[in-house]
Amino acid sequence: MTVHSFQEHFDEKMDKDQAIEAKDWMPDDYRKTLIRQIAQHAHSEIVGMLPEGNWITRAPNLRRKAILLAKVQDEAGHGLYLYSAAESLGISRDDMMEQLHSGKQKYSSIFNYPTISWADMGAVGWLVDGAAIMNQVPLCRTSYGPYARAMVRICKEESFHQRQGYEIMLTLANGTEMQKKMAQDSLNRWWWPSLMMFGPPDADSPHTEQSMRWRIKRFTNDELRQRFVDVTVEQARILGLTIPDKDLKWNEATGHYDFGTPDWNEFYNILKGNGPCNKERLDVRRKAWEEGQWVREAALAYSDKRRQRKEKKAA
Amino acid sequence: MSKELIKYTLQIADNALVIGHRLSEWCGHGPVLEQDIAITNMALDHLGQARNLYQYAASLFNELAPDEQMQLFASTALQNKVAEGKPIDEDDLAYLRDSWDFYNTMLVEMPNNDWAYTIARSFIYDTYNHLFYTKLLSSADESLAAIAEKSLKEVDYHMRWSSEWVIRLGDGTEESTRRMQATINDLWAYSGELMIMNDTDKWALQHNIGTDLEQIRADWKLRTSAVLNEATLQIPADGWMHTGGKNGRHTEHLGYVLAELQFMQRAYPGMAW
Repeated sequence: MTVHSFQEHFDEKMDKDQAIEAKDWMPDDYRKTLIRQIAQHAHSEIVGMLPEGNWITRAPNLRRKAILLAKVQDEAGHGLYLYSAAESLGISRDDMMEQLHSGKQKYSSIFNYPTISWADMGAVGWLVDGAAIMNQVPLCRTSYGPYARAMVRICKEESFHQRQGYEIMLTLANGTEMQKKMAQDSLNRWWWPSLMMFGPPDADSPHTEQSMRWRIKRFTNDELRQRFVDVTVEQARILGLTIPDKDLKWNEATGHYDFGTPDWNEFYNILKGNGPCNKERLDVRRKAWEEGQWVREAALAYSDKRRQRKEKKAA
Repeated sequence: MSKELIKYTLQIADNALVIGHRLSEWCGHGPVLEQDIAITNMALDHLGQARNLYQYAASLFNELAPDEQMQLFASTALQNKVAEGKPIDEDDLAYLRDSWDFYNTMLVEMPNNDWAYTIARSFIYDTYNHLFYTKLLSSADESLAAIAEKSLKEVDYHMRWSSEWVIRLGDGTEESTRRMQATINDLWAYSGELMIMNDTDKWALQHNIGTDLEQIRADWKLRTSAVLNEATLQIPADGWMHTGGKNGRHTEHLGYVLAELQFMQRAYPGMAW
């Protein structure tokens, strides 16, 4: 086949909603875009372990501690599936780690906010995982097979996480005045950053059209953001908490909630590295990687020795 | 009888809680993702065992007469609960006692420091714990025997995992051998306490609830020596052994573990979370 017919074959698969597999031919741009997106997604899982890991040793009771540990462990597992999916496109995990640490590959900006109270374990599960699910469910049918299959597993666990987060909020909302205050404070801090998780407004989002065609993206940023607001406002009402947006109101005509504009300056500022925890998150990841260097080398040296001994025996 | 049984159960539970806490500190910071997952899994296992044991200890405590309940722990938070006539639960035992009411061995409260230190601590403890839980299967106390049965599969995995890492690091690179040997040497002085019989252990042995730890010692020595040999490491001489933890006299480290662990319950007492 000529390159031209490879391209036609690929296009045909796209038109028919068929999956591209690791061994199939794919355009360079497609490969690059997917590597960037999947790596960024994997990094988000790994960096995302830190804000929640921050409360593991301080969880308020043993049951919550066990649930939180299991949750953060799930995130490590998600990172693992996603790194594997990215590796199937021809990049190694070590390379991705290096690019995370050098800042060449990104992770979700939401993890650059600090978790400063226990209620944040509720808000992160409810809002951050909730927004992530909105973004991720469509990816279960994305065009790249290994990515789509990883997403099916991840979405199942994420929806469990979201319920857990909501349950923490519900317990606080039904608790003492102080606990309600803690829950409201947390909602106030996480609401706008959660809306920003869907990315800039469609008018300012450069990649959307190509990504739609490749089914890397199936809905626009603004569509998903609207869907999130509509669902979450109702959930907040059940909790008896107030969404910190004075422009929020039901619109009879559209059948959706109207809502205010997130502070996009803050969003871009964090992308530039100026968020409250950007430096800290990356420093912690780099430190874990650097301090683990001698351990990884030792494991490698040992397995080499073992193989050599086996070969010697066999000979 | 119940008072001694509570103390005996807490000795086992506190070991599990504290080592689980230490291992959980690694979550998100491991040297490689697969091991991050493995160590978090073990933290969860220990926590699960601790919860079973605390639930049992709390039920025993709730059956005591109020004056006995008052005397058992120095914790005023627990005494207040007793005064109010309220039953206690697993969380009260974990979150409301101060270090002099904790009966874990000092080994498990030692800080993580680095991967070698963490592995050495787990290796010493897991090897003991496997032998101990195996004996506990035939305890005259049905609840403890049932918990041992439930836990043994996990404990077996822990022992294999930490032994394999001792071998891997001991027989790995020059650096890993040096680090592993240094930590084994450091922590060796905390191994003895695991197998020293205090009054609670003696009581448990007399009532066929516990086991003779001195007998475990020989097997422990055999198993650890075999692993250290395979790891090309020197077996440290049995010199001075630190003791105290099982009787509530701990290292400075435990206080910080508890300060962190108990922060929420201390700052916002008496709330449901």
